[in-house]
Amino acid sequence: MAQLVFGYFAGVIAVTAMLVVALRNPVYSVLSLLIMFFHVAGLYVTLHAEFLAAVQLIVYAGAILVLYLFVVMLLNAKQDDRYHRQWRVAGFVCVPLLLELLVLFAGGKMEPSPLFSADQTGPGTDNAKAIGMTLFSTYLFPFEVASLILLVAMIGAIVLAKRDIGGSGA
Amino acid sequence: MTIPITYYLILSAVVFLTGVVGVLIRRNIIAILLSVELMLNATNINFVAFSRYLEDLGGQVFVFFALTVAAAEVAVGLAIIIALHRSKESINLEDFKLLKW
Repeated sequence: MAQLVFGYFAGVIAVTAMLVVALRNPVYSVLSLLIMFFHVAGLYVTLHAEFLAAVQLIVYAGAILVLYLFVVMLLNAKQDDRYHRQWRVAGFVCVPLLLELLVLFAGGKMEPSPLFSADQTGPGTDNAKAIGMTLFSTYLFPFEVASLILLVAMIGAIVLAKRDIGGSGA
Repeated sequence: MTIPITYYLILSAVVFLTGVVGVLIRRNIIAILLSVELMLNATNINFVAFSRYLEDLGGQVFVFFALTVAAAEVAVGLAIIIALHRSKESINLEDFKLLKW
């Protein structure tokens, strides 16, 4: 049963990821990325990361993709969008990487961690609470730095996208 | 033990490589940013899978930070795209070769 669920999520994620790259209309790319984000959130739920699944839906599907759609439609990007002519370089880079990975996974048999136990819901019983405790104790300083990053990104986006009014603004 | 972690790693590798291919072959800047999102999601899947299998919440907290950085990247990247479109009337990557040698 669990394998069936994983197979469904993994299959949809892989197919929609390829559609994001293959579809030529950017609006369709963004929409298939949306489907992928929903299924990644489902995968998180099966991994007992419910809080992250919710955050994935709210932040990625809710905020980031809407921003993308907004820009795609603002710029009216339905122009001729052929693939870049360096696709041979892409194949040259990626096919050996994929082969290496397959060899690695086929050769090295991965033992389950001794720490792992099947359905122990130790720290995962209340996922949001556990993450909050970790985030605000062990990772308090990175959390503050993350807020600084968001502030910098906000100021940068405003400065970059601002129209120069009357030529007097910086 | 239901699903070996190898499956998650393979899924993540496939998604990541799809992102790499997208960055290399697309000519639309927005599609390239979307491919970067694909790569970030692939790493996030890895983090969550390992966090589950090692019983350590650090991985999930790291995904949280990766999400923050992704949001910042999207904001700045889309602002740059809008500024580019305003100056060149194009979002085709091959039209921007001022810094190319």
